[in-house]
Amino acid sequence: MAHIPDGVLSAPVLTTGAVLSAGALVYALRRLDYDRIPQAAMLSALFFVASLVNVPVGASSVHLILNGLMGILLGWAAVPALLVALLLQAIFFGYGGLAVLGINTLNLALPALLCAALFRGAIHRCHSPRQLFWLGALTGFSGIALTGVLVCLALALSGPEYIPAAKVALLTYVPLMLAEAAITGTILGFVQRVAPEQLRLQQVTRD
Amino acid sequence: MSSLPLLAPLATSSFLNTLDPRLRVLLCLAWTGSCLSLERLSLQALAALAALGVALLLGLSPRALLRRLVVMEGFMLLVLLLLPFSMPGNPVFTLGNLEATDAGFARALGILFQAHGVIFMVLILLGTLEVVTLGHALARLGVPDKLVHLLLFTVRYVQVLYEEHLRLRQAMRARAFVPGTNRHSWNSLGWLLGMLLVRSLERASRIHEAMKCRGFHGRFYLLDDGAWGRHDTLIALAAVPLVLVLPLLESVL
Repeated sequence: MAHIPDGVLSAPVLTTGAVLSAGALVYALRRLDYDRIPQAAMLSALFFVASLVNVPVGASSVHLILNGLMGILLGWAAVPALLVALLLQAIFFGYGGLAVLGINTLNLALPALLCAALFRGAIHRCHSPRQLFWLGALTGFSGIALTGVLVCLALALSGPEYIPAAKVALLTYVPLMLAEAAITGTILGFVQRVAPEQLRLQQVTRD
Repeated sequence: MSSLPLLAPLATSSFLNTLDPRLRVLLCLAWTGSCLSLERLSLQALAALAALGVALLLGLSPRALLRRLVVMEGFMLLVLLLLPFSMPGNPVFTLGNLEATDAGFARALGILFQAHGVIFMVLILLGTLEVVTLGHALARLGVPDKLVHLLLFTVRYVQVLYEEHLRLRQAMRARAFVPGTNRHSWNSLGWLLGMLLVRSLERASRIHEAMKCRGFHGRFYLLDDGAWGRHDTLIALAAVPLVLVLPLLESVL
């Protein structure tokens, strides 16, 4: 849903995306302990698998991205985890491309980081599954909303001819936002009931 | 219950496998740069054709290629469809009060050609590599080792989790679950993913303990020597004009 293929964006947008995500990547990798690599990889794999799940919304169906949840669970480690997932998708499924890896990573990782900054504290403090559902829904919703805005911004900055399309394209994110909100909320509520300690992993391990 | 490996490399001729994986990564990057620098529609089409030709010549099956044509998601399709109407140029036809222009069509076609030119080359040069080999090649090219570790671990776990996911889905199907747009479906899918999440985190901590137990101290050893042969140098030299010819044509024309 958030894959922009090669050939669409202009060189300055591609370069900016690459530079910004490279910066975030370097910082994230420096913070990532070797000890946390199995955990980060497990979650990266989980999100890769989740992106294969088809969720029907009305007449259409969407593939989940779950970048908000990824930010909550991984924090900064979401940046390399998303990059790895996007690289695998490009190589094995032909989604996206190579030159767009930077900007595509940024479009997903920036909302993930923002969700982590905004909602992580509240989620760690909250212990009621019902409230966690709503916090999760907010996370999922804002993660995708922001990704949609960033994708359209990347398009609009690439050339004025994309602006009408970008405006309409924003609408196609609405079903995804709803599905992500519902599913992210349910996941958080579920984890709180089944394994509450896993939700607050980052309080125990360093991050 | 066994399943097809999700991240299996595509089958190819044996010639490609004699090349050093680093060379394949570098060629792919060079081709991407060259293909994306083209501005003439005819050259963009030529690049897409060339990439297709190389992919077929090196033994990628047309079926595998067809299945992986650039997946235009709804949203990108929309962008391409609206492009002819939003670019200034000579009108080709009008739809209501919207004008489709030749420049717009050229741009939309150009995007299709460039996207496929790149992705065909990615599929033949990188998609045919074992991911482990690719990881090692990236490490030798100077990609940070933590990122390479993350890639290698992720590839391993994707298969594990995918099989687990299929098992859970089968259990849901056995109980006659058909996804729809309703609370029940969203709950069920959320619980499915939540279950996967809990299990995967538990598995990650087991793996971490097992690694510690074996004395892991933050380093994987790359055991293959990854020798760069004379053969690779020759191919690299032969590839230089191939990569450069299209951008050169562009500047000459």
